Amino acid sequence: MFPPLKRNSGSENPGPHKIQSESKLVKWLLIGLALGYIAIFLIMPLACVFMTAFSKGLGTYVKAISEPDALAAIRLTLITAVIAVPLNMIFGIAASWAIAKFNFKGKSILLTFIDLPLSVSPVISGLIFVLLFGSQGFFGPWLIGHGIRMMFTPAAIILTTIFVTFPMVARELIPVMKAQGNDEEEAAMTLGASGFQTFWRVTLPNIKWGLLYGIILCNARAMGEFGAVSVVSGHIRGLTNTLPLHIEILYNEYHFAAAFAAASLLAMLAIVTLVVKSFIDAGIKRNLQLTWTGPEEKV
Amino acid sequence: MSIEVKNVTKIFGNFKALDDISMKVETGELVALLGPSGSGKTTLLRIIAGLEVTDAGDILFEGKDAKEQKAKDRNVGFVFQHYALFRHMKVFDNVAFGLRVQPKNIRPSEKEIKNRVMELLKLVQLEWVAGRFPWQLSGGQRQRIALARALAVKPKVLLLDEPFGSLDARVRKELRQWLRRFHDDLHITSLFVTHDQEEALEVADRVVVMNKGKVEQVGTPEEVYHNPANVFVLNFLGNVNLFHARVEGGKVFMGNTSLEIPGLKAGNVKSANVYVRPHQFEITRQPKQASSMKAAVRFINPAGPIVKIDLVTEAGHSIQAEISQEEFSKIKIRKNEQVYVSLKDITFSEYEI
Repeated sequence: MFPPLKRNSGSENPGPHKIQSESKLVKWLLIGLALGYIAIFLIMPLACVFMTAFSKGLGTYVKAISEPDALAAIRLTLITAVIAVPLNMIFGIAASWAIAKFNFKGKSILLTFIDLPLSVSPVISGLIFVLLFGSQGFFGPWLIGHGIRMMFTPAAIILTTIFVTFPMVARELIPVMKAQGNDEEEAAMTLGASGFQTFWRVTLPNIKWGLLYGIILCNARAMGEFGAVSVVSGHIRGLTNTLPLHIEILYNEYHFAAAFAAASLLAMLAIVTLVVKSFIDAGIKRNLQLTWTGPEEKV
Repeated sequence: MSIEVKNVTKIFGNFKALDDISMKVETGELVALLGPSGSGKTTLLRIIAGLEVTDAGDILFEGKDAKEQKAKDRNVGFVFQHYALFRHMKVFDNVAFGLRVQPKNIRPSEKEIKNRVMELLKLVQLEWVAGRFPWQLSGGQRQRIALARALAVKPKVLLLDEPFGSLDARVRKELRQWLRRFHDDLHITSLFVTHDQEEALEVADRVVVMNKGKVEQVGTPEEVYHNPANVFVLNFLGNVNLFHARVEGGKVFMGNTSLEIPGLKAGNVKSANVYVRPHQFEITRQPKQASSMKAAVRFINPAGPIVKIDLVTEAGHSIQAEISQEEFSKIKIRKNEQVYVSLKDITFSEYEI
């Protein structure tokens, strides 16, 4: 038997005796459909990844993820995330602060630009960088003239990743900040707080769950990005291969066990992301409760 | 500290929120800004607090121009309509906030802050909620914490935006009497915004009636209620009956009855609009004077300290009257009975010559 369904609408439950007009059959049919779907399209592939990864034993698995090329790929992936995520966090906070709390000309254009990386195919994002920094590109000849090579280097991978993941934090924060309005910041100001104090003591604590959520999503995308990175990487083993690119190479060379072993690392990242996300969801729910204004009962 | 508003204008887009407003709040006064929504009262309050800037005009604190002062430097206590308590902080930390953000050289020690916060919580009679979060409090409690928080930095001026707007009727009544007593104890210059005339008349020393970005009248509650400057103030401050009266040969007619209207100048006028508050009617079983209007009782609401009576005159004019319970039990009228109505007094009149 399945545990009773919890309604999405949250903790302000409508009461234990909510009348449900759907019949039991329809209810179980819908639940079964959803669970079946999840089993086929999510759980089975995930199980497959791990089964194939361990198909040639634990030894092969450990060897596959500890060989130098794999380690280099892991390192580059981590470095990319460590640079891209904080930068996009700062940008995300600044952009959402500007959009949510101020009115200015060109606000909707800024919003559109923030969404741009989400609306173009990652391959095109990669090609944009080739157009900019490639030897035939806008800045390419000038950069090469000054002895700086951008294409097929970790720098290109990091820049591309920053571009692709650039909306993740801002998109999470804008609705949170809009919903909270300016009242608390104004209250802080009338109490004598400076702009920095207001941000640090009032704004940041209020957006922390939204911010964490954005960072988690941003990190997952930064580590998992394939298309855009593939275009600018050049696939140089041990040098410009990130984990997803490494997996592809192994797969194309029929090293299935090794490919899936590396893939299992990314799958684990996904699982960790999901777990952290569910914790954050609980936090957001608590945060929502803080804004709760119920009927006034007593003085 | 006195507050002076001088010829202030504020425009949002193409909406004139404030149109050349001038007013003054004397030191230690409790003044109400009263007006319908959209009259600009909250905008004026925010401009005084430094949360908005003026498009023209000056704000003077104690005679000194405050234009260059930012909100954080004005030393103004502001209580927001929806309290704006810091939701992630406990009540204690909310109240302590203003002290903790002070520059190091003047910031009190944590121990002094603790004493001050507890003192303030005691003042608003809520010491026992210090360890709670704002969402664990009722609306009335939140309102008082917001007040304690604003008072923590010893402001020279207290500004309150619809302080009782989102509370239920009973709590609202209790809190406004409490605010009045509170002000009498502290004597801090205070300005509060309200759209509730009853609230303004009950609490304030003086009332500033606003409409469409302009000041319609400034005066004590008694003045604005009994001697309204114009029809808007008259209508906004309470129910009123309007009569169109003709003047012929020095006599005033309403319909076909000639009427004695106290205070109405009969000479040199063709007609007049006469405004009468419900309590200014007298209802009798027999015509009190030759000129009493004959009317039928349509509805009686005897619940409450006064009895509300709806009547219709012979000419088809409806009247809302209010008489005391005492008077009501004396005349013993019932629904659909014929009575006579005369005017004891009028509140306001307009003439056409």
